Amino acid sequence: MQALVIAAHGSHLSAGSSTPTFDHADTIRAVGAFDEVRESFWKEEPHFREALRTVDADEVYLVPLFISEGYFTEQVIPREFRLDDWDPELWESDGTSADTATLTAEDTGQTVHYCGPAGTHDAMSDVIVQRAESVTGDPDVGDGFGLAVVGHGTERNENSAKAVEYHADRIDAMDRFDEVQALFMDEDPEIDDVTEYFESDDVVVVPLFVADGYHTEEDIPEDMGLTDDYRTGFDVPSLVDGHRIWYSGAVGTEPLMADVLLERAADAGADVGDAIERVRSETGGEPASSD
Amino acid sequence: MQGDHLDALVTAAADGIAFDGLVVEPEGEGYVVEVAGDRQTVDGEAQLRAVLSESPAYVSNWYVWHAETPQKEDRWSYLRWLEGAEEAGVPERYDALDDGITTAWGQLLITANADDDGHRRYTVVHEDDAGTAPSDLTTYEDPLDARTIAKHDDGGKYRPLKTAPTLQTGWVFEALDPAALVETVDFFYPATIANWHREREGELDVNHWRETMERQSGIYGVVQTWDRGEGKEHVEWVAEACCDDSQCIKRREWEYDEETELDYDGGDGEFPCREPCSLVISAARQWTKLEGEQTRTYEFELTPSEKEQIEAVVDAVADGEAEEIREADLYDDANRYRTRFLRAKLFDEDGNLGGVETGE
Repeated sequence: MQALVIAAHGSHLSAGSSTPTFDHADTIRAVGAFDEVRESFWKEEPHFREALRTVDADEVYLVPLFISEGYFTEQVIPREFRLDDWDPELWESDGTSADTATLTAEDTGQTVHYCGPAGTHDAMSDVIVQRAESVTGDPDVGDGFGLAVVGHGTERNENSAKAVEYHADRIDAMDRFDEVQALFMDEDPEIDDVTEYFESDDVVVVPLFVADGYHTEEDIPEDMGLTDDYRTGFDVPSLVDGHRIWYSGAVGTEPLMADVLLERAADAGADVGDAIERVRSETGGEPASSD
Repeated sequence: MQGDHLDALVTAAADGIAFDGLVVEPEGEGYVVEVAGDRQTVDGEAQLRAVLSESPAYVSNWYVWHAETPQKEDRWSYLRWLEGAEEAGVPERYDALDDGITTAWGQLLITANADDDGHRRYTVVHEDDAGTAPSDLTTYEDPLDARTIAKHDDGGKYRPLKTAPTLQTGWVFEALDPAALVETVDFFYPATIANWHREREGELDVNHWRETMERQSGIYGVVQTWDRGEGKEHVEWVAEACCDDSQCIKRREWEYDEETELDYDGGDGEFPCREPCSLVISAARQWTKLEGEQTRTYEFELTPSEKEQIEAVVDAVADGEAEEIREADLYDDANRYRTRFLRAKLFDEDGNLGGVETGE
């Protein structure tokens, strides 16, 4: 038996924080790739601390629904899941290349394949592109468009910026959008100056965040000048300094995100059969490439 | 009785069966069969089938517990507990299952039934809906829906704590099979079945206050400075504030540390709380900062009624009763108009009680 356990942040204050986690878990449940799929949270229940005992499988694929490597993936999750002998070195990561490490959970004895975060998986680039398609309503969006991938920045964690740049570079290399730029909330190049970084009239802005909340719903729209007060809302697209800004909200709410979780587990050795292809086709992604 | 139940039992009989009052042992070419203490020897499979067919409840009971219920030990034990399987014999239990055996689990009422072939089916409702006709409740069959129900209380407020006694009403889960029942309960009250079972087996891994706080890091690292000489007394207040049955229906099993029990009662919940939860840790972070302040003396003038009124306002907020006080109930010390009057009279334009500045 194999189980997929998704580790997400959750919230004490916002009911919507866990919604993308539930949605992606349900997508994966529906394709039956795992005997069990269980959501777990740092701020909700089941808590990281007690999630493993709620699944029956001896073999667990633990995938953090986090955007980057750092404090949560390296310290909090392994500690709270009681992963014996964890050491961040096991991932041999350069900051965006964590894949998997196989460990034993001290309290349950289960074998846990602890995967790198969803946010740094290559498939995440496809989710960002699909988010751009969703917000523009154009499955071929790219020509004549700029794309900004937005992250928190280095204030709390330098890998958070690395993840944003990693995907911006990958999408740039696809030659699909006229321009691709990584922007940040608390460092240069800053999201406040979004229009200065693009020549294109149309710019899609995709925040690399797991769930919508304070940053994606209040900070970023106001910083970009989409609105003076987030409570009054804004149009998509909104005109800012002569550019049409297509603001997508958190990338993590895109249904294709389920594919990234699944691919993380498959990379770690989970037998998922044709689930990746099925999830990709059901959530609007292109068929997976053979590599 | 279903033929496949009997077929499975006859196949398993080759290795011997002893379960809930039914014993089948291979002996030579035949079997020894014992049902509820009544022992006989039969010659071969045909006779074995004939004898077992006279006790269909025992056959289906064996089948259900070996082929239809989750075999994970905690789930299995929980389902057995729900129908009192360790206390009641098969005939007695089947009679009770006809009417339904109802058990409380937090705010849930779980009713177990068995159909003519022994298949177990479960109904789950909120305890406050026990007397409501099912047709007046919204019916669910998919355990995943429990996650959505558990998210908000009846007033639409987000519930950050799944085991707060504020579960919303108005729904019923019907016709759940054993696996779906366990899943439903686990979505309403995550990990409670696993921890309940561990406790019954004497294996609950309790993490007490001190070790839990010592584990914290990042923005929660500050709680490691909790102890300033009166640490236990402060934890008593945390337990009273957060872990009382009025706030959480888990039964607190964690103490100050391995040697030092808290005086405040852990509650009467059916399932245990094995360590301070994330809400308690977040609150402790705030209290660690606030409790670092030194007291000082302020001087206010209050009438005796005003003093009592302030106490009543604190009580009403702490007990979550402020919103229930009727607008025109001016006899209630925590009434809104009364409180607004108090503010108008005693606060200066900067919001200082009695015009006395808080100071740095």
